Amino acid sequence: MPQKYNIKTKAALPRFYPVGKYATIEFRENCAGSCKECVKKKCVYDIFKDNYLHMSKMEEPEYLYTCNSCFRCIQECTKGIFSRVVNPEYREIGDEYWTPDVLSRTWYQAHTGSVPVSGAGYRGPFVGKGFDSMWTDMSEIVRPTRDGIHGREYINTCIELSRRPERLSFNKDGSLAIEVKPILEIPLPILFEQPDFGVLSKEVLISMLKAAQTIGTKMFISAADVYEDLMPFGPFIIPLVKKDTFQNYPTLLSRVDMVEIEYEPGIEKNFGALKAMNEELVISVGIGLRADLDYAGICVELSKADIDTIHVYANSHGREFESDNPRFIKDMLRDIHLALIDAGTRQQINIIASGGICMAEHVNKSIICGADGVAIDRPLLIAMECRLCDRCRNGLSCPVELESIDPAYGSNRITNLMSAWRNQMLEMLGAMGLREARRLRGEVGRSMWFEDLEKESFAPIFGERKVSIDVG
Amino acid sequence: MNQLKHQLPETHETPSRFRNTIGKYIIKRNSNCISCGKCADICPYGVHVMPDNHASPLRPIEHKCIGFDCKKTDHYCIEHCPEDALVLKDNALLDTMGDYRWTPEMLLGHFAMAETGDAPRVDLEYNLGNSGGGFDKMRFIEPDPGLAIDISDEEIDTSIDLNKTGDDRPRKTISMPCYGGGMSYGSTALSVIVGRARAAKKLNSLTCTGEGGYPPEFLPYKEHVITQVATGLFGVREETIQQCPIMEFKYAQGAKPGLGGHLLGEKVTKAVARMRETIVGSSLFSPFPFHSVYSVEDHKKHVDWMKEINHNVLCSIKVSTPTDVDMVAIGAYYAGAHIIHIDGSYGGTGAAPDIAKKNIAMPIEYAIPKVHKFLKEEGARDKVTLIASGGIRNGLDVAKAIALGADGCVIGTADLVAVECVRCGNCESGRGCARGIATTDPELGNMIDEEYVEQRLVNMYMAWRKQWCDILRSYGLKSIKELRGRSDLLVHLDYLDEDDKKKYQPAPEYKMVL
Repeated sequence: MPQKYNIKTKAALPRFYPVGKYATIEFRENCAGSCKECVKKKCVYDIFKDNYLHMSKMEEPEYLYTCNSCFRCIQECTKGIFSRVVNPEYREIGDEYWTPDVLSRTWYQAHTGSVPVSGAGYRGPFVGKGFDSMWTDMSEIVRPTRDGIHGREYINTCIELSRRPERLSFNKDGSLAIEVKPILEIPLPILFEQPDFGVLSKEVLISMLKAAQTIGTKMFISAADVYEDLMPFGPFIIPLVKKDTFQNYPTLLSRVDMVEIEYEPGIEKNFGALKAMNEELVISVGIGLRADLDYAGICVELSKADIDTIHVYANSHGREFESDNPRFIKDMLRDIHLALIDAGTRQQINIIASGGICMAEHVNKSIICGADGVAIDRPLLIAMECRLCDRCRNGLSCPVELESIDPAYGSNRITNLMSAWRNQMLEMLGAMGLREARRLRGEVGRSMWFEDLEKESFAPIFGERKVSIDVG
Repeated sequence: MNQLKHQLPETHETPSRFRNTIGKYIIKRNSNCISCGKCADICPYGVHVMPDNHASPLRPIEHKCIGFDCKKTDHYCIEHCPEDALVLKDNALLDTMGDYRWTPEMLLGHFAMAETGDAPRVDLEYNLGNSGGGFDKMRFIEPDPGLAIDISDEEIDTSIDLNKTGDDRPRKTISMPCYGGGMSYGSTALSVIVGRARAAKKLNSLTCTGEGGYPPEFLPYKEHVITQVATGLFGVREETIQQCPIMEFKYAQGAKPGLGGHLLGEKVTKAVARMRETIVGSSLFSPFPFHSVYSVEDHKKHVDWMKEINHNVLCSIKVSTPTDVDMVAIGAYYAGAHIIHIDGSYGGTGAAPDIAKKNIAMPIEYAIPKVHKFLKEEGARDKVTLIASGGIRNGLDVAKAIALGADGCVIGTADLVAVECVRCGNCESGRGCARGIATTDPELGNMIDEEYVEQRLVNMYMAWRKQWCDILRSYGLKSIKELRGRSDLLVHLDYLDEDDKKKYQPAPEYKMVL
């Protein structure tokens, strides 16, 4: 029996104090001084352990930001000298999509390799935009779940990147009558891509590639950036080329098994020339989801050509490019997936989705909406402690010194994150009763959507909805 | 007169376990104070206290302060202080408490109800969360004044029946339209779960073992303890089924729909390991699903098995809320369930993967009308008790759930909030809950005692009962059973015209830092 796929993790402590959510405040002038009941000594989480050391060194006491919110110091101090505020720096990191909560959970997963777990129920809004307007289903009694997370039932998360024949046909002697090309697959439906900003030093890129190598996935990198130091990772690199540039990379294209060429009208004419450089090449076409493009129609046309994968890009918030009212990737994926089904080509081609994938749940939800897999960039940086502070964009130094990260450490953090993501995917797939990530593709029947639930459960009671449903 | 058959318990003041309480306002006394004691003399709420043998007033008891509303009265301490030594401010600490579902004011409101047995005196919004949907956008319609009836709380019936099947098993009625959800021995301090059982006895309600077994401390309250049979079958024995009035099959739970229970190794102490027949320190992951149930027929076999062990037991089937929850419910009914308990995705007390809590299964607000309607269409609605849970946070949520079609609710998190859980969510980490609630740590577990838990819960539920009585009276209803399925008494703000919407309290909608 082949070995079951599993991502091994190893704790990788942060190099810098993560930006914590809360700051503890002490009004020291009211402190009794030598109180035997001092709450600092009783802290269950021991966060005040280094308190005096910080004071003597006149350093910023970082323990402030490691508070676990039990409120005991605030409620038990005999003089009531403690209070808390939200750390102002925490409010500033990320943005409205890449929220501080997303960043801090990503850091936790990259540190521990563990799935974030907490008690006392869900804490967020009832519903949100984009991926937050859908729920995934679970099976009960007659449609049993799969018990994948603890390895008791194996759930396969493989996806293919190579084209599938429409059907097999056989000769009379039972031999195959068609040529079946080698299958290119990756063990989890997540690929990496080079971020479009950030400190992208050699160490950072090698960290990403080493992690891709460890978990068996691949990474999209601009062909121009694949310098000699990265060449040992050839099988894990998908170089990004353009119609006018691919001829410049004969060596690179001979050493990789997949390439991505940027979409532009008439691109189909170049596929033959690409194959001529390396006939084993699996070809992906990258297309930006721009409002002025009929991207579903273009995907249909591309799916009929001799290519393997279509890689669709939304912006970093999962939104359509160049639109005043940009659509969200889940809706765009639905359109593309359904258009390919109508064209009868969906089974042959693979769809990879980029943009706005920032949590494990987004992987499964993208697949439900019609993707085969996703590509991620920012989570790779965040795993290596990036704070999305944008200092690098303004030519300022990186607060977590990404430029000098040890690739062994960086890849460890990314590998941990991917293990945590995969385990969360297994939780969701198991609950849905699925043993194959590939079975999830386009399975909207295994999901529940806000607009449908409102219509089904609330419309018969409350009548016509007067506030339009804006969940896109 | 419809007098209560069961005498409801008395409430009495049960203060916080903590020295410094948290209030909506902070009131500070500065060094100008000359200890004249005037503030203590005039404050009717007990914020300022100056015991006879003290030279100066104690630190203000801030959570009792009604804040700036006091300006309108003749006892506003800030203005009466001869030395201007008092300062009143909004408490910025609230920015660091709570979340979209349990806002800081909802937490403080429940602390107050559990302390006093009455609605909070301070202007706290404890009935609505900030989630922007579901219960937080539903309101009871303006009642027609002509409908209101003038009867006392004692004359209003808040009981529900748990056996409507007409079979030969006992009729079981509880005096509250809600009972306690499963919290297992091992996940929660023994004093907390036993305190819940004591409260259940006083309230003529129920609590549930959860899946951690049946500690002997429950025996004095056994008529009020449900034995849960979950996929791990931890501590399930014939005698624990024989001694319970109701047994509950937990097929799934809202905290982690589609996943088995988790009890991390740190909580598996010697006593817990003995109860669960396992090894100290070993993490326990219950399987999912029941590996003996893959069809309705298998499920019926389960129910028949329990009924055979105890000829008087009623069977409750706890399921989560998949897309076909209505089909699951009717299947459970036909297999012989007395109670169908649907547990929505946003609730739960135990440690669970965040991804599951947020994303898997539908919120209970959608599931209740779906199941209620389907059971009605199948002609089964009056033969089975429908219980809802998972994100039912307060008395108003209970009333809304009943109006949507449930007979009653199961409560978990609110019970913990009543004993001063602040929902920090660290139930699973290290030694467990730092506030002594969800822990098996011997030192932390001693922070709380059964009497305190019992009375705080009695107080909170009696405060909720007053709310239910007010609602029922205003619509001319004498029993909470008459409220069931009265969704015509509810409106949803998103389904109202702008003019109609103005008649109702707007939904809180403010950005929080998560």
